[in-house]
Amino acid sequence: MAPTANPSRGALRIALGTGLLLCAGLLLVRATGPWPGDAIVWPAAVAAVGGLLIWSSPSSRPRARRGWAAHRPHELLSRRPPSRVRTLGSPEVSRGGLGVVLVLGAGFAFLWANGGVRPAGEAVLAGLAVLIALALIFAPSWRRLARSLAAERAERIRSQERADVGAHLHDSVLQTLALIQRDADDPRQVATLARQQERELRAWLTGRDPGRRGESVAAALEAAAAEVEAGAGGSVEVVAVGERALDERAGAAVAAAREAMLNAVKFAGEGAVSVYAELSDERVEVFIRDRGNGFDPAAVPPERRGVRESIVGRMRRAGGSAVVRSAPGTGTEVEITIDGRGRP
Amino acid sequence: MSAAAPRVLIVDDHALFRAGVRTLLGEQVEVVGECGEVESAVAAIEELEPDVVLLDVHMPEGGGVEVIRRVADSRPSVRFLALSVSDAAEDVIALIRAGARGYVTKTISGPELTDAVHRVSEGDAVFSPRLAGFVLDAFAGELPAAQVDPELDLLTVREREVLQHIARGYMYKEIAAQLGISVKTVEAHVSAVLRKLQLSSRHELSRWAAHRRLVD
Repeated sequence: MAPTANPSRGALRIALGTGLLLCAGLLLVRATGPWPGDAIVWPAAVAAVGGLLIWSSPSSRPRARRGWAAHRPHELLSRRPPSRVRTLGSPEVSRGGLGVVLVLGAGFAFLWANGGVRPAGEAVLAGLAVLIALALIFAPSWRRLARSLAAERAERIRSQERADVGAHLHDSVLQTLALIQRDADDPRQVATLARQQERELRAWLTGRDPGRRGESVAAALEAAAAEVEAGAGGSVEVVAVGERALDERAGAAVAAAREAMLNAVKFAGEGAVSVYAELSDERVEVFIRDRGNGFDPAAVPPERRGVRESIVGRMRRAGGSAVVRSAPGTGTEVEITIDGRGRP
Repeated sequence: MSAAAPRVLIVDDHALFRAGVRTLLGEQVEVVGECGEVESAVAAIEELEPDVVLLDVHMPEGGGVEVIRRVADSRPSVRFLALSVSDAAEDVIALIRAGARGYVTKTISGPELTDAVHRVSEGDAVFSPRLAGFVLDAFAGELPAAQVDPELDLLTVREREVLQHIARGYMYKEIAAQLGISVKTVEAHVSAVLRKLQLSSRHELSRWAAHRRLVD
């Protein structure tokens, strides 16, 4: 680990620097200005540094529960403990400990230097012995306590996440199962519901945010496939390689692809529709393929504007191209291509 | 292709699903057994020596990867076809790298599954469109060229074309017709890609898979 990556070491370095600066300042004042006396100022300075260490030690601040909410559900499902939970570890504790030692030492030095020790010497010594003994006795149980507190917090976070998972499953999966039972005699409806739920659950498990459909071409294609499935039935399988931000031209490609998917599930019959996209900043290629009856593209009457306008025409206007390949009996494949980046 | 029906063992921890696969497979393969856990699967494979094991990815006590690991050395002739609901890249890649000869998802149709079993029993590889997409994605990135075996870390133009067609939903026969090559050649290309996946030294592959699942 790089030295700078260790936060407590960095903090100690800062503390040391501050202390040295303080020393220099005090020496300056001692040499030139009014000076209350060595016996008061030095212990006070040491005590101040110690106090600073204690108060700046993170374990004395209420720690924000940062990070855990960002954990993906699958991390929870794989029973990994949340990785950000820090145990009340040694660096912080030792920093606080160093502070305590400094403050105690300063107090002791103050008493010593001002002659308070000699009369009270034995009492102080006895007190010190008792303190050390107590520390020795209670240190292990204190450490145990610290550790169990950390474990308890990890457990609390885990059960919180479990509750979130439960709530989500209840809102989604259980609802869908109820709908499926109700519509059990409508196989098409059951298949559509199951498909929709599967897609939704997968997106949730992999942490893919449906909100990103406005940003990425792959997400937009997934969303389009989901809409087509929900609206027209059938199943559309999207495989995307690479990624590209959703600009105006890519948006046209997605719209054309959606139209092609709609045609595919409408005319393709039973089998699944395959959508394959290769995405990069230089090029977008989307293939939409069904294994339906196919048709003869040349035999489509000119007044049938569906494919021609919504797919081929749209792509031409966007500066790309669309090719429809089909023959009776072999299924249909639409290839949508855009070269180059989006318009600035 | 005309050889006797391959002997198949189904390993999955869901009894309902095992029954479903059994009906899906129909008459053209011989189901010799079913197992619901890693321990009994290992015992059954050693005893029955099936041609093909249909293997679930997620099971208690290690899952499919553990089964392959424990019998790969003692029963090298047994071939594995992963069959899973999971299409997470890291699951797919982990099983392929453990030695599975293919990966299909549980929504596969009966004829397609039968075809996949036959293919695997003959030593060929079976890629679902999604697996093909993963492989293209994993081998697409620009990587620092140092310390990698270029033989293993690149796909040839032909291999890439074949994978693209698989991802587009084409069957081997259709790919062969499209590219003007024989089905055997298509199979050889897919097997070569499988070998690269299994032998590729690049740890980026696993990292890529994990990354994709976490960040995507």
